[in-house]
Amino acid sequence: MAETPLLTKDLDDPALRTLAGYEARGGYRALRKALAELEPEELLAELESSGLRGRGGAGFSMGTKASFLPRGEMEKYLCCNADESEPGTFKDRELMFKNPHLLIEGIAIAALAAGATRCFIFIRGEYAEVADVLDRAVEEAYAAGYLGEAVLDSHARVELVVHRGAGAYICGEETALLDSLEGKRGNPRLKPPFPAVQGLYGGPTLINNVETLMNVPIVIDQGAERYRLLGTEQSAGTKVVSVSGCVQRPGNYEVELGIPAREIVYGLAGGPPEERAVKAWFPGGSSAPLLTAAELDLPYSFEAMAEAGSMLGSGAIIVVDEEVSIVELALRTARFYHHESCGKCTPCREGTNWTVKMLGRVLSGEATPMDLDLIASTQDRIIGNCLCVLGDSMAMPIGSMVRKFRSEFEFELERARIGRRAAEPVEVELPVELGVH
Amino acid sequence: MSGVDGKSAGPAAAELPRPEDVNCPPELREQIEAAMARYPQVRSASIPALWAVQHHYGWCTPEGIRQAAAVIGVTPAHLEGVASFYDLFKLEPGGRHQVLVCTNISCWMNGGDRLLDAFREAAGVEPGASRSADGELSVEPFECLGACDIAPMAAIDMRYYGPLTAEDAATAVAELRAGEDPLPARRLADRPKAGGS
Repeated sequence: MAETPLLTKDLDDPALRTLAGYEARGGYRALRKALAELEPEELLAELESSGLRGRGGAGFSMGTKASFLPRGEMEKYLCCNADESEPGTFKDRELMFKNPHLLIEGIAIAALAAGATRCFIFIRGEYAEVADVLDRAVEEAYAAGYLGEAVLDSHARVELVVHRGAGAYICGEETALLDSLEGKRGNPRLKPPFPAVQGLYGGPTLINNVETLMNVPIVIDQGAERYRLLGTEQSAGTKVVSVSGCVQRPGNYEVELGIPAREIVYGLAGGPPEERAVKAWFPGGSSAPLLTAAELDLPYSFEAMAEAGSMLGSGAIIVVDEEVSIVELALRTARFYHHESCGKCTPCREGTNWTVKMLGRVLSGEATPMDLDLIASTQDRIIGNCLCVLGDSMAMPIGSMVRKFRSEFEFELERARIGRRAAEPVEVELPVELGVH
Repeated sequence: MSGVDGKSAGPAAAELPRPEDVNCPPELREQIEAAMARYPQVRSASIPALWAVQHHYGWCTPEGIRQAAAVIGVTPAHLEGVASFYDLFKLEPGGRHQVLVCTNISCWMNGGDRLLDAFREAAGVEPGASRSADGELSVEPFECLGACDIAPMAAIDMRYYGPLTAEDAATAVAELRAGEDPLPARRLADRPKAGGS
């Protein structure tokens, strides 16, 4: 099965990174069309009927989200979420680096649709090389009149600033992103009010992922009807899938939504090296519950992943082969969320901390089989109990690992206990009443 | 001292360092003021200002933080709080060159921990420390850097390199010490899209 390149067409042509090269491929045609032919309401209707869903993780309808912003004269904001930090995800990095003007055009059109005049690209600080490319592209777009006080001499004003973060996974959460952009620590806010009503500086704010916004010029240029021809009923268009882990050809592949996941993992990425078997896979970044090898035949779409109890998330497939210990994978995953928890909500702060400790005890032989139930129930107590979903993002995959690979956890636990007992025979032999326990 | 007179709700004037008391170097001040001009509210320049301080001094020095706070008009405590939240801000001096090795899931499955050890060994960074004894290099594990396509990988002075072997780590350290551009053939920037485009 081949790729379906819309966003990644000619991606390796260096000319695409320049304004002239982008324009030569029809770039900014959609923005001209949006300004000349379509009212904001029509743009919103077009985006909504295209079926375009958010590519950052939640998969919410992009047009519907934009239509939540109140109408009328007021300062409205658009934030492009380029804080791509979900482990396994690297699509926005390559897209922005190689096709920066498609993002700028998408931001300009989305801003017209939502009535936003001040726009920001919040890019993670680690992507310094990418931010440099964006800085140059934004400068070019201003000079050519695609951004500024009067976009293409219309009365539309679209200002765009590239804002570099400084290293915090939590800033990909939209309200933490807003706090960070306001110059604070990146702590999530209580919702509601949602950012569409009260976001940046208290004003209505539209927040969209890079890849979502890059689809906007394509939707407007082709028309919603034609865009809908790609993908499935509930998952329109293409998805740039980041495939990594135990595969021979890791990388970004743009596929039509709904093709079998097996085609992506084996057909495009080559499957695990040395003909090893796939043990499990994350379908949407490390926050997505693990799926098994049998589930590789499912269509890769928002709805099929949800029905399987996981999620398409950011569209990052991490392949785990038979050589990898699921318990060590669980510990590695939990450690990440523990480190990145902002500490504001107790279930997340303490839950990630204790999960790391308990998984560590499984591997060091200090756990008992009952601890596996404790690990599982700890996850259940995090889900839905915090301001944002960072804690859930650990609880869901860890919960899935303990459920789906329980026997492997039990085996590792016993093996580690035997190893520990063998190393410390005297302590174990002590009668209880004489021991120091 | 705030609120002693019971009149002001915000930080008292005494808490805010005055620009004339902090001697902010002119070029640093210029960068911070340029950042302030880009945002509807000047506080948004907090993170760009800390970046500017870090570039100027090599790390977020207490003095640099005071200077930036004075230029923006926020308390140094606010800026310190912000700086300590984000992993890329250095609150103590680092090596002249910085190596961040990704040890997250995809890099870990592809040997990220061994790569970290190789960098540490080549640079002479003791376990538990992050800086080499000669102060030339910092080597630190880092959370997913968003480059699992080149696992195992590292960011060297904020540029991405991968996939890397233990030998690459030794070469990179030698090249950095010699003042050369490390591993030109391993730069992510020059890598074509997987499967062609």
